[in-house]
Parts: sequence; C-alpha cells; structure tokens
Amino acid sequence: MSTVAETQIKLTPEHDARPGATVRSRLQDLLPKIVLAPSFAATIIFVYGFILWTIYLSFTNSKTFPSYDITGARAYQRLWRWTFESDPPSSWYTSITNMGIFGFLYILICLALGLFLAILLDQKIRGEGVLRPIYLYPMALSFIVTGVAWKWFLDPGLGLEQTLHQWGWTSFHFDWIKNKDFVIYTVVIAGVWQASGFIMAMFLAGLRGIDGEIMKAAQIDGATTFQLYRRIVIPLLRPVFLSAFIVLAHLAIKSYDLVVALTSGGPGGSAWLPSNFMYEFTFKRNEMAVGSASAVIMLMTLTAIIVPYLYSELREKPR
Amino acid sequence: MLRKLLIGTALATSFAFSAHAADVKEVQMLHWWTSGGEAAALNVLKQDLAKEGYAWKDVPVAGGGGDAAMTALKAMVAAGNYPTASQMLGYTVLDYAAAGVMGDLTETAKKEGWDKSVPAALQKFSVYDGKWVAAPVNVHSVNWLWINKAVMDKIGGTEPKTFDDFVALLDKAKAAGVIPLALGGQNWQEATMFDSVVLSTGGPEFYKKAMNDLDEESLKSDTMKKSFDNLAKLVTYVDPNFSGRDWNLATAMVIKGDALVQVMGDWAKGEFHAANKTPGTDFLCYRFPGTDGSVIYNSDMFGMFNVPDDRKAAQVALATATLSKSFQSAFNVVKGSVPARTDVPDTDFDACGKKGIADLKAANEGGKLFGSLAQGYGAPPAVANAYKDVISKFVHGQIKTSDEAVTELVKAIDDAK
Repeated sequence: MSTVAETQIKLTPEHDARPGATVRSRLQDLLPKIVLAPSFAATIIFVYGFILWTIYLSFTNSKTFPSYDITGARAYQRLWRWTFESDPPSSWYTSITNMGIFGFLYILICLALGLFLAILLDQKIRGEGVLRPIYLYPMALSFIVTGVAWKWFLDPGLGLEQTLHQWGWTSFHFDWIKNKDFVIYTVVIAGVWQASGFIMAMFLAGLRGIDGEIMKAAQIDGATTFQLYRRIVIPLLRPVFLSAFIVLAHLAIKSYDLVVALTSGGPGGSAWLPSNFMYEFTFKRNEMAVGSASAVIMLMTLTAIIVPYLYSELREKPR
Repeated sequence: MLRKLLIGTALATSFAFSAHAADVKEVQMLHWWTSGGEAAALNVLKQDLAKEGYAWKDVPVAGGGGDAAMTALKAMVAAGNYPTASQMLGYTVLDYAAAGVMGDLTETAKKEGWDKSVPAALQKFSVYDGKWVAAPVNVHSVNWLWINKAVMDKIGGTEPKTFDDFVALLDKAKAAGVIPLALGGQNWQEATMFDSVVLSTGGPEFYKKAMNDLDEESLKSDTMKKSFDNLAKLVTYVDPNFSGRDWNLATAMVIKGDALVQVMGDWAKGEFHAANKTPGTDFLCYRFPGTDGSVIYNSDMFGMFNVPDDRKAAQVALATATLSKSFQSAFNVVKGSVPARTDVPDTDFDACGKKGIADLKAANEGGKLFGSLAQGYGAPPAVANAYKDVISKFVHGQIKTSDEAVTELVKAIDDAK
C-alpha cells in the first residue's frame, strides 16, 4: 500500500509544489477512486463476500433460513454419497454427469463450428454483411427465448417431427427431448445454436487481425490452404481461443435458464445441471446447506479448470 | 490507496439509505394470483377491504410464479421488512412460524369462530403453537377425474368405481382410438396422480400412515409396491409425447376431446370454465376411483406476519375479510376450489363445486381429510420433493421396478428428513 502511494506522489510532483492547487489536485487524485468505489464495493460484497458466506453456510445445518451454527460437513458428505449413486441415478449424479457432457460438447462444438464459420466467412465472399448478423443474432436472445423456441421445435407433437410427418416422411423419429437418456443433448443443440455465432464473430475479428504479409509469405513458400490454416492461422488465433473458452465455460456453468425453459428439468429430472440442483435444493426444498455446498463445489470445479488454463496461457505472453 | 478507496465507498453507500415510512391504512400483500380468473377473484377481497377504508398494495414479485414469490418473501423477511400477509403453502407457514416472524390472530379467530368452521386438518397449518398465524383461503382437492363427456358417451363408458373399472374404461378409450389418459410428465403432476393411486390402492388408513406419518413399514409394504404397479399400469395409457407437458395443456387435451380423462386437482376446473364448458353436459367430475368419501387436499393460505402495532388493524381486517362467508363463496366459485370453512352455503357453486363442498364436509367429519404429499401438505418440502423425484424417476424409467421404487422411496425420505 505504501509503495503505491509513493509512486503516485512521484507521478505528480509539480502539482504539489504549487500551494493554491493542492485541494484541486487532491480532488483530482481522489475523483477516480470515488467514482470507482461503488462498483468496487458492490463487487467485494456481492461477489466475494457472498462466496465466503456461501462457504460458511455449507458447513451449517441451514434449512429454510440461514443458520449460523457450524455443524460440520454433513452437506458435503451427502453430496459425496450421491456422487456415486448411479443406479438409479441420484439428482446430484445426474447433474454432474450432465455438466460433463454438456460442458464438453457445448464448448467443443461451439469452438469448432465458430472457427469453421469464421473461416468460411473470411473468404471475401459477397454478402458477408448480411450473413454475419444472421449468425450473430441468436446471441441477442435470452436463454429463455432460445429454450422455448427449441422446446417447440424439438417437441415431437409440434415441431420438426410433426412437420416432416405431414410432409410425408412418416418414419422420421426424433424424440430426444422426451427421452431421459438424450434430453441433455437437446440442451447442447440449443446452446450451440445460440452461442456459435458469437464465437464466430470472435474468431472473425481474430482472423482479420492476422497480418496478410505472413499469409502471402507462406503461400509463396508453397503452403496449401490446409497447411496455411493448420500451421499459421490457428496458432495465431490462440488468444481468441482463450477468450472464447472463458466465455463459453462460464456460459456453460451458469446455463440454468436454458434447461428450465427447454426441458423443465427433463423427464424425471434427467436434464438437471448443477445450477438447477443448487436452486432446487436451496429455494424449493429448503435445504440451504446442501444447496450452498453444491455451489461451493461448482465454484471449485470451475476454478480447477480455469485457473491452470489461464496460467498456462498468460504465462507465455512475455516470451 | 486502499484506505481512500474504502472511504470513498463509505461515502457513496451512505447516499443509498433513505427513510422508510409505514402506512397504517394499507394492506401489503405478497401473492402470485395475477392471471385472469385468479386476479378477478382476488379483486373481491380488494373491494371488501376498500369498503372498510384499507388500501391494497401488491408487493411486486419479479417473475410472477410461486417460487419467485417465495424467494422474494425470504429476502423481505431476512431484511426485517414484513408484508402484512403473504400467500403461502403448507409447511412454509410453519417454517416461518418456527422462525418467530408470524403474527398472532388468535383473538380474531376466537371472535369469528374459526376453530369450529375451519376443518381441523387445515388448522394444522394455520395454527402454530396454539396461535393462529394464517388465514386459509380455500381448499383444493387432488383426487379428481376430469372426463370429456362427449368422448365418454362415444365409448359408452360409465363412472368407474374401482381401480379395475378405471383400467377397463381406459382400455375402451384406447380401443376407440383416443388417448385414454392425459398426463403432463412433470414430477409434481405424476406425484399428484400417485397420491390418488395410493389412496385408492391402500385405503384411507394406509394413505395417512404412509403419506402423512411417513411410517417406514407402510412405505416399503406390499401395498406400496402394488400402488407403484398401479401407477405403472396407468402410465401405459398416456401418449408417448407426455413428458414435460404443462398441466393446463393436458387439461386442454381433455377439453378438446383428444383425450378421455385427466387426473388432476380441482384447479383444472378453471380451464374448463375458461373454455365455456359446463359440468354434467360437457365434462364430468368424479372422484378418483376407490377414493370416494376421502379428500386429499391442499390449501392456499394467507400467512400473517408479525407487523408493527400500527399495521395490525389492517391485518385483522384482511384476515376477517378473507374468512368471511361472502368472500369465501365468491372467490372459490371463480377459483374452482371449495371454501376453507365448512359452513359456507353452496348455492353459487356448480355441480362439481357442490360435490366438492359436500365431500369436504363428510371427509372432515369422518376423519378422512388428508394432506397431499405431492402438493406439500403431507410432509415438509425436502421430503415432498424427494418423493416427487422417486415417482418421476419411476414414471420415466430411471427406476425400473416397484421393488426398487419402494427402496428408493424409503431411502430418499430418510435422507430428506
């Protein structure tokens, strides 16, 4: 703290020298901090403060209301036991396996599809100005709208299947949204549909930022288009991959509303994600301690994935 | 620098506080009856209170549903900012009463004679520790069949009296090419139907022991296994597309004649009314076969909070108006439920409502009025939801046999207790 203060004095020595200007310069010095203070305080309290509070609650026996007596790790013990109850699956087992399936496929397909679309759009094609927003606009919709639209589209009695039956393809069968084993993949479909356009825009910006000279040099050296992308373009897009990954990872982990709107939890709760589990237990079942414990586990899992990745990516900057 | 930041923070936040003034002649009400019929029904209460000079103020709820309202209520109570009253269900009232935030309406209750007019089973949720903490608004019952009369006539069906009759009736419908049973495959709908199945399979005594007392022997008994088998039997009569369907869409299938019957609480009647259908000519309401004489209920309550003294008069006025015979009749005619007191004349009710009132009275007197476990009147929310999980997993195939189902049920309920 003291070193920071000293540096600031050194930065503005002339102002302090003039006696009449001290109040003004001090105000100038203080103003940015005053302006920043509310959002800083809000973040400290509402993010980090409540993280600590949630951790605290997870060790209590809080039910409907928070209780402040530490009673041990019973909530974690229950979650741990549920982690291995696969037949019949416990709600927690379903939630975490779904998170694995959904998180993996959602991030992977969004990245692949986004990159593919960006590369296609980058071929100096006509009408790019029209095509780009078409792909991008799903991102402007809320998860609720996406969920409801896909719910109708995928419903065998209303949407795709019904339409194709009316057109004469009566053997067509697609009821994933009603099937306990496949419903989570419909969540992936809707999620990918919404986010891949946005990822495409990110990659497109990255592609436009690549120096054309490098590409020309590679072409003169006889690189095929495939080699060009494989060896030069994609490695150069590495920072974009990082940003896209972080955007997608947090979208994946917080996609509660998509599951609710699309599947209402799925047949027998088979589409739950940990966020659904957390909300359900905290607010509907009055098991606040278990809800808090599941939230802490979500946070720790996310940290365990994001931090090493951030570390490995950001470390290479100085090189 | 950090210190300066903190000072700045303190300065900025101090502006955020503002004075709060309480209004004496005002009822602050948290509820989620915002849709057409329900809002109209509640308007009666607003007007009654306006006549006595009390203004009505809705506490805004983002999102509108019951869950959102309960989350909002939790935040308000945690902040010490109690509404005059809030729409509440079952064990929620008792939870809040145990937390010591509910008011005391015992004097009003004595004066108005609620002890005698409100069924004892309901008082379990509106009286805590000898004190009246909530005013019941209505009684819903869940063991109803809602049948499309045109379809019934077409297949030549008659009122099913036993579970086997019911299965035979469903077979007839199947043979005639209509969807026999309209069901929404959401856990609460499946569990609500299972409430009736258990009552029908095991009888009133068994229902009470298993679903209200949570007696372990009953929960894992052969009767319970039989109940699960009967549920599995019923599920074979739904259309393949039932999973995730909302209850009112299932009701619409019966209204349109696509399906023969729905097992649902009496709120389904509101949908028939909204479609201009009359009981007896367009649709039929029977008790779930084998449950005649018993009523599985749930009830909406207005929980009364421990408000400051200057707001108590408004609270008493609200409670009195809520349980007045005129409001009970006017509200429940629209809502589809029956009055929460047994001495309200049934003249304004339709045939189903009249039957509901008579059934409630008889069940109350005969000790056959039971809380619905699926609707949160049989056990606290943790248990009720664990129960719904098991039923839903059984219906959708994660749990495969009735043996496995009872084991899971006992385990889940134990875990949630």
